[in-house]
Amino acid sequence: MNLYAVRAIYLFELARTWRTLLQSIATPVISTSLYFVVFGAAIGASMNQVHGVSYGAFIVPGLIMLALLTESISNASFGIYMPRYAGTIYEVLSAPISPLEIVIGYVGAAATKSVILGLVILLTAGLFVDFEIAHPVWMLIYLVLTAFTFSLFGFIIGIWADGWEKLQVVPALIVTPLTFLGGSFYSISMLPEVWQTITLFNPVVYLISAFRWTFYGVADVNVWLSFGMTVVFLLACLGVVSWMFKSGYRLKN
Amino acid sequence: MSAIIAIKALSKTYASGHPALKQVDLEIQPGEIFALLGPNGAGKTTLISIVCGIVNPGGGQVLVAGHDIVRDYRASRGQIGLVPQELVNDVFETVWATVKFSRGLFGKAPNAAYLEQLLKELSLWDKRDAKIIELSGGMKRRVMIAKALAHEPNILFLDEPTAGVDVELRRDMWAMVRRLRERGVTIILTTHYIEEAEEMADRIGVIRKGELILVEDKDVLMRRLGRKELILHLKEPLTSLPASLADFKLELIESGHGLRYGFDSQHDDTGIPRLLAAISAAGLELRDLKSKESSLEEIFVNLLKEGV
Repeated sequence: MNLYAVRAIYLFELARTWRTLLQSIATPVISTSLYFVVFGAAIGASMNQVHGVSYGAFIVPGLIMLALLTESISNASFGIYMPRYAGTIYEVLSAPISPLEIVIGYVGAAATKSVILGLVILLTAGLFVDFEIAHPVWMLIYLVLTAFTFSLFGFIIGIWADGWEKLQVVPALIVTPLTFLGGSFYSISMLPEVWQTITLFNPVVYLISAFRWTFYGVADVNVWLSFGMTVVFLLACLGVVSWMFKSGYRLKN
Repeated sequence: MSAIIAIKALSKTYASGHPALKQVDLEIQPGEIFALLGPNGAGKTTLISIVCGIVNPGGGQVLVAGHDIVRDYRASRGQIGLVPQELVNDVFETVWATVKFSRGLFGKAPNAAYLEQLLKELSLWDKRDAKIIELSGGMKRRVMIAKALAHEPNILFLDEPTAGVDVELRRDMWAMVRRLRERGVTIILTTHYIEEAEEMADRIGVIRKGELILVEDKDVLMRRLGRKELILHLKEPLTSLPASLADFKLELIESGHGLRYGFDSQHDDTGIPRLLAAISAAGLELRDLKSKESSLEEIFVNLLKEGV
């Protein structure tokens, strides 16, 4: 394994985060804090408890997941799209690196940023609402698993996109709406029965439900089904990335 | 000596249907400077890109130092450094960070002393902490060379290395290429400046419409396809050639003030003494005469016009 190459890509990508700290960390933290202020402290104070926890605490896992998904996709897609756009990708493609090593470098860096961001938001949430974490180890495992899976998804978008617009289309028009409708701010049991069934087709429901379980021990859908769905999505993304490198799709032709 | 790069029946057709390379065979010897010439769109960059791993080959085989570029890509790519045609850099990075990145990418342990020496050699050491966006075009080109050499490759591909650079930098780069060759680095360059190939290359390859139409030692090529000319300036202009000079295949030039005579300088009998005698016998007086050898550029232009 070309560990020097993996390290070089990983550190190079992380260096970009430190250079753009305001955009990478501060912006999502501030916008998520605003959600806590508006939905948690202001509106949440006049709302009933959900699944036995205050509304402010209830939305913490969903908001972390919202930031985690969007930032994982954004970081990873930008990370690989930028060298494609600038033309510097030639160096990565001509280096003695396997596709797996390239993925570990780029996706690993994007996932690291997202996990750091998730933990910063978690700490920030503590400033606004009281909450507990019932299964901290599972919480961390799920945080890392989701960050890596969606960074991989972002990496695919970064290779697929042939313009800045396409880079934004999937996160803005698909992922964000699915996250909002995936139970970030409510339990799906609060929906009418028909909508509960329809909601189950939204994959983000499973992510938020399982993540919320790691906090409060309650979930809208079976936890193992959620973990299973995430792993299946991860494997599907790995399959697509593998095909992209094998065929040279938008990289080598 | 076994070839450091062996290309056999290499072909490539892009998804658009454009056949960029057609059954190219080529061997590059260790330590040589090989210049690949050809007009725009001839397939030069595609050929380089395939050898370096940037473009997937269509068919055929490429071995670099005996390693197949597809099956044994780690070993083959590790030997190669590439300076691409376009000026592409991570513009917000510093010179030092980007060169360090390149070395790591090729699996080499950090070596600050080597990178320092490299940057000094390319007059970049003073700019090591500067962001690339702040550098001039010439300096950016030097950064790209530094990146290509950061992992100490045995083979260096230079794709149009001096396109758009000033004369001074061009001379500097030629000197650097010669120094690299002295260290045993094999250099393959593509260029539009035929003067560059004439100045530096040991061998020349000419590619046209995806086909390698000629590979030849530069000196042999210039001798074989080069033509020598004798230009004779007359005191009085001629309206037509005298019949007694018809056998010499002379060309009347400069509105009848000159005669052009082509000859083979390698041949024992150049015909010049007989020509001069015939001119004298015809009563023509000469003002001046000079001989001229075809440049590589003229040979190249003729090759592309006529094929081989």
